Amino acid sequence: MRFGEPVLELVRGMWITFKSIFERPVTVQYPEEKRPVRPRFRGRHVLHRYENGLEKCIGCSLCSAACPSDAIFVEAAENTDEARYSPGERYASTYEINMLRCIYCGFCEDACPTEAITLGDNYELTFTDRRDAIYDKDMLIEPLPAGSDELTPQKVKPGVHTRAVPEMKNPDD
Amino acid sequence: MGVEQKLGNMGVVTAKLEDMVNWARTRAMWPMLFGLACCAIEMMSAQAAHYDMSRFGMELMRPSPRQSDLMIVAGRVSRKMAPVLRRLYDQMPEPKWVISMGDCASCGGVFNNYAIVQGVDEVVPVDVYVAGCPPRPEALIHGIVTLYEKVQSETMKDHA
Repeated sequence: MRFGEPVLELVRGMWITFKSIFERPVTVQYPEEKRPVRPRFRGRHVLHRYENGLEKCIGCSLCSAACPSDAIFVEAAENTDEARYSPGERYASTYEINMLRCIYCGFCEDACPTEAITLGDNYELTFTDRRDAIYDKDMLIEPLPAGSDELTPQKVKPGVHTRAVPEMKNPDD
Repeated sequence: MGVEQKLGNMGVVTAKLEDMVNWARTRAMWPMLFGLACCAIEMMSAQAAHYDMSRFGMELMRPSPRQSDLMIVAGRVSRKMAPVLRRLYDQMPEPKWVISMGDCASCGGVFNNYAIVQGVDEVVPVDVYVAGCPPRPEALIHGIVTLYEKVQSETMKDHA
């Protein structure tokens, strides 16, 4: 080993450290500044509505059957034309997701025949009590679209909303 | 209220001792790493440059329970690991807090079977549960901020 070699190695190493002084910091200042999520990110669930305010969920429980961690509980009840929640025969009278059980795999989204449930982009799910983690239908369902004031249940004319699953317009879709 | 009015404008600020103690606790809360599974990767990421938990007074993760205030249980806890978890928790000095990070630590998650503890709150008292499988580093930081809010509202009696 030559005499100057350890010193040279030290200088070489410190040069790397010195160069990083001029690099821009990479830290995202998280609570103030949020990094946008990827398009296919799966976060907190949202239950959707049709444009007329009716709920898309028909209470078929396919999501709860597809769920690998049994996080979803659905209870269905009958629709009537006086009190209509969703098109078709039945609607979800109870819809609960345990956010601490859910593994955000998106199988419920794939299983849903009416595209009622999708996984949104909210990941800030922290709880101080385990019971708070069970989200019910009122927390999950999306608010009414702007300008419409038709809440569910609606009173509708008989024979209009007979199909639970909307007719497929484009088979390739 | 009291002493400020008597002293007048003398540049004296008074505060409650509880507030000062809680302020100090939230500014230097050293976490004990308890990485058990994939959540630990996100916990490491939260500690690294992009998210940098040292902004919240968590300069370094202590592998030793005697120097830590906060236990972050990241990952599934098996029945065999549970006594170890409890022992490490008991070795931590008071005051101490626990964050249960991820679904498996919080309630067993997808592993609903005989081998996994269905939530570490069977073993240790948990302050904050963070959902996600695994949670993003931001979600863990959100949990830490939630814990800080909880600590700020604590009184001396809570730790008596």
